[in-house]
Amino acid sequence: MICHELVIIGGGPAGLAAALAAWNQGVRDILILERDTQAGGILNQCIHNGFGLHRFQEELTGPEYAGRFLDMVKDTDIQIRTDTMVLDLDGSRVLHTVSPSRGYEAIQAGAVVLAMGCRERTRGAISIPGARCSGIFTAGAAQRFLNIEGYMVGKRVVILGSGDIGLIMARRMTLEGAKVLACVELMPYSGGLTRNIVQCLQDFDIPLYLSHTVIDIRGRDRLEQVVVSKVDEKRNPIPGTEMVFDCDTLLLSVGLLPENELSRQAGVEIDPRTNGPLVWENRECSIPGVFACGNVLHVHDLVDYVSAESEQAGRAAAAYLRGIHPEGSEIRLVNGFDVGYTVPQRIHRGVDSVEIFFRVRSVRRDTAIRVMDGQTQIARFRREHMAPGEMENIKLPRVLLDRIQGDTPTVEIEAPAVGRVPDAPQPSTKGKPVVAADPSGHTPNA
Amino acid sequence: MNYDVIIIGCGVTGAACARALARYQLRVGILEASNDVANGTTKANSAIVHAGYDPLPGTKMARLNVAGTAMFPALCKTLDVPYRNIGSLVLSLSEEDDETLKILYDRGRANGVPGLVLLDRAQALALEPNLSPELRGALYAPSAGIVNPWELCLAMAESAVRNGVELHLSTPVTGLARGAEGWSVSTPRGDFTARYVVNCAGTLADQIAALAGDHSFTIRPTKGEYFLLDKSEGTRVEHVIFQCPSRLGKGVLVTPTVHGNLLAGPNAAPSGPEDTANSAEGLAYVRAAALRSVPGINFRENIRNFAGVRANSDHEDFILEESAVAPGLIHAAGIRSPGLSAAPAIGEELLALLRQAGLETPEKPDFRDGRRRIRFHELSEAEKNEMIAKDPRWGRVICRCETVTEGEIVAALHSPIPPVSVNGVKRRVGAGMGRCQGGFCGPRVQEIIARELGLDPTQVPMDWEGSWVLCGETKGGAKA
Repeated sequence: MICHELVIIGGGPAGLAAALAAWNQGVRDILILERDTQAGGILNQCIHNGFGLHRFQEELTGPEYAGRFLDMVKDTDIQIRTDTMVLDLDGSRVLHTVSPSRGYEAIQAGAVVLAMGCRERTRGAISIPGARCSGIFTAGAAQRFLNIEGYMVGKRVVILGSGDIGLIMARRMTLEGAKVLACVELMPYSGGLTRNIVQCLQDFDIPLYLSHTVIDIRGRDRLEQVVVSKVDEKRNPIPGTEMVFDCDTLLLSVGLLPENELSRQAGVEIDPRTNGPLVWENRECSIPGVFACGNVLHVHDLVDYVSAESEQAGRAAAAYLRGIHPEGSEIRLVNGFDVGYTVPQRIHRGVDSVEIFFRVRSVRRDTAIRVMDGQTQIARFRREHMAPGEMENIKLPRVLLDRIQGDTPTVEIEAPAVGRVPDAPQPSTKGKPVVAADPSGHTPNA
Repeated sequence: MNYDVIIIGCGVTGAACARALARYQLRVGILEASNDVANGTTKANSAIVHAGYDPLPGTKMARLNVAGTAMFPALCKTLDVPYRNIGSLVLSLSEEDDETLKILYDRGRANGVPGLVLLDRAQALALEPNLSPELRGALYAPSAGIVNPWELCLAMAESAVRNGVELHLSTPVTGLARGAEGWSVSTPRGDFTARYVVNCAGTLADQIAALAGDHSFTIRPTKGEYFLLDKSEGTRVEHVIFQCPSRLGKGVLVTPTVHGNLLAGPNAAPSGPEDTANSAEGLAYVRAAALRSVPGINFRENIRNFAGVRANSDHEDFILEESAVAPGLIHAAGIRSPGLSAAPAIGEELLALLRQAGLETPEKPDFRDGRRRIRFHELSEAEKNEMIAKDPRWGRVICRCETVTEGEIVAALHSPIPPVSVNGVKRRVGAGMGRCQGGFCGPRVQEIIARELGLDPTQVPMDWEGSWVLCGETKGGAKA
């Protein structure tokens, strides 16, 4: 069987950063397996700017951001094998791959980095009723048609879900001459970054309907109408609030799911809260020598964080290959009030410092994140604003980690004295709702 | 064009009829309104091969169901159609159901269903541990199975086409007139003549009959809605799980599919003949009913909803007969459940009806049966490498969820009945059928279809004519 020291599944931003970090730690036999015809992952179709503010202190487009990493890879002996699909992965790190140039082959890896990214939730995943006509796309599929293939998918568009890809596509479709009639969001707050709400909807007068959803899809051949309804606190449609939009296209931006079919096959333990592998602070999974990073681990909002996390995984894989394994007993992080998940989920006692990433479950202002060890407060981090659409992180240095006596500290949100969510938008005189702006003027991390 | 026999409609009934006729020296044409075969009821149903205890003894439904089901193992082997003889259980969840099971058992025995057994609760749970806590017992029918219905239709149609039957797609019948020489059949693509016409038009069969002045039956289209769940739920049950039939129909079933998914449905509601929209109420009903049989189903793993329209009629039984008012017009109408199970036998029945009506059927000495489709993911390592060595496109995975390669898509596009749409490709090779529902492979499939068929990508529809996907190039233009 062919052997490689480090095999990385996925040549997107996560895989590239992990490979480079491992290379910089001295690993010399690194193979990246990429299923598409070129490396770069989903960044290749993200031709808008806004990438790299943290990483490079400049605003890059997706392809430019990927290009920076690909250029760095060119200066190494890291192999990128494109057009190559991993069909199987087992718990002993044997991969089965297929490609047009090399056929079907098995590879034994010394260590594996899972960097397969995520996929979009579909119409089926949320069971939108209505006709089975054409004209319903996930936002990412539409993005590929426009930005890679060069084809328009429609002229009059409604977008369901206010995830970032949907917001980006609202602007993109508008710039291509389509009329975007509305962005409809089930929740009382947006799922996307504030900067995207401002730059992709507000700047183009595209109304955002919060606490609304699509309740019917009409059309025999191609989409002709969607029916949108307001929803109550339990997210059930409120009769009598229906609005009918004449449109030929419905884009879905209703969430992303880490693609962990291979991880499951290998027997990697999956956290049902992230739908990604359960990892230690070095991004090692439940199977030794298997690491995970990027959107396969948990869905990120900024690629800069993907790169940073992936470098951590790459460094850890390099250490593993040198025979260095973290020691120390297990600290298991518990999700407290309003914390949806944490990554990592497990920490080795005695590590130097740990950055903990998580998302809150609801929009919160003037509150704080607390790390509690039983009744003892280990750390408290004040926050002016937090939202589920924006990933949070806190850093626990060694001095704080050492104060944790128990095995199950809790990360929680302090119940706010005054909590509120953005008000539902009110129809303006034009009959169009006002976009629920963020009055705090808070700028997210990018 | 002149034919001995024209078959109207290429769903599973029309295809079975065509294949039966293809064995003989006859000129046979199929006129299909849609741009693909299997594009109506055949593609959207429970995909079940019923054992045959439901229909009343003495009916055509009972006879043809049991006969058809018995033909499935050999037929699907010959035509390389995915079929699994997994058996079925009808659950008893109440005292009343206990009585119904006994009735079904007796009916099944009278119909000649092999191997029926009444199981007590413990025996049923031994076969299916995930069943309802309300379970009291079950009727086990070992001859029941699951099949890929659209591939069965396609395979039978391909077999017919390879043996000389001419298939005319996108050719809706608009007129039927009887002259001295036989039938004149009008379509927007020209007129056809035939000595005999077989009406296999599914939910539109009464409209076809009416064209010939026959108003002896009415189709009452009845919609059924479904959930198709991810393969992660595909082993929740290992048999077809029915509830007891009631006044509302056979009830909601839960079953694995031949592709490894889990299927739950259908409800039953009157509908238009081509109305395949889902409703929130219908889906909520199906979900609740399915959970009653198998409480553990994780509906968060749903990947697709769909609806199919049953070609129910105002007759209790299948309508399989020569028209009383239009000689030479044979009806295969009102083919409701168990129409799929009965289809292979209905094909033979239609042949017999044509003979009765005077059709002579000299044997075709060079009739060649059999079909083989290469499914990349089923090949051994050596076979995979052999295929890729011959054509590297067999090594390029296009649909990552279902592991479908470009080689398979290209082969389908040059098969006897090539697809002309994205869903046509999906039905032939499975690309886009998985958990991402074509989110990743859709654009690539679109491109491959256009390339292989010499079309512009904007000319490739999602499915039937008019279901367009792309409306033009972007300002920057299509990629070179």
